[in-house]
Amino acid sequence: MNTLKQHSRPLLWALCLATGLLLSLWWSAARADDDDDEGHGGERPRAVQMLPAYVQECGACHVPFAPRMLPAASWQRLMKNLPHHFGTDASLEPAEFKQISAWLQQHAGPGGATTAPPEDRITRTRWFMHEHDELPASVWKRASIQKPSNCAACHRQAEQGDYRERFIRVPR
Amino acid sequence: MTHLRLWTLTSCLSWFALGLMPGPALAQDMTPRTTLAHYENLAGQSGVPVRGKVLFTASHGQRWKCTSCHQANPALPGRHASTGKAIEPLAPAASADRFTRLAKTEKWFRRNCQDVLDRSCTDQEKADVLAWLITVKP
Repeated sequence: MNTLKQHSRPLLWALCLATGLLLSLWWSAARADDDDDEGHGGERPRAVQMLPAYVQECGACHVPFAPRMLPAASWQRLMKNLPHHFGTDASLEPAEFKQISAWLQQHAGPGGATTAPPEDRITRTRWFMHEHDELPASVWKRASIQKPSNCAACHRQAEQGDYRERFIRVPR
Repeated sequence: MTHLRLWTLTSCLSWFALGLMPGPALAQDMTPRTTLAHYENLAGQSGVPVRGKVLFTASHGQRWKCTSCHQANPALPGRHASTGKAIEPLAPAASADRFTRLAKTEKWFRRNCQDVLDRSCTDQEKADVLAWLITVKP
């Protein structure tokens, strides 16, 4: 009896510690990247929180593409050329221009001028073509999808910049 | 004064003060009619709906017309002519948010007139288009 009473407090502490350890292990496992079907080893960058001004301005006509999708040099060129943005005038007020430019530069993808895709098109980056190389060309022609830049057609959280596999659903 | 009353008073005053602060560009500062009045004032003449309809629906020699994205009937939801993205109806009667922020109105006139007309719209043209859009019912 005495022995039990003597050991009860340290036993209780040990139990709490063990429970805590188990919980934290379970917690980190639950949040692990379930997207690692290609063995990236957890290197895939997490979606950055979208700048509201970027979503409002640059998400008005198309999905607000995540800044990591292009290198800084591409974003710089695109921003400089907004009055002639893939055939349309997408110009911004100076204050918005400054804010959005800075945010894009800060969160741009890796690589420099040499890795910039043709015409600074996301859909012509090497990583985009690699990620989508399983899809037959006919998929892009579906009425529900139409073109590769229509991310939101399959990536249901594209507006939030989240392209994880769990949120993909390819429409017929 | 009790603590609760003091706290309530302070909270109310804080919210009041916040309300008085100049809001961001997103704050609604107009109605469709006051926006129309704004352009009519600048143009020195009333907006003419029939002229506005012609400007909106005609081709002006460029890739797109206004209707390319906003539909021949702007009370219907639109679709971006290139990306396919859904666009809220433009007619105020179909979309309560339209023409309630002057900065936003100006921005889209600037961009879209450049696309459709390859130039800026005049204040008269803006008044005409808006005068027509206000008449469009769902």
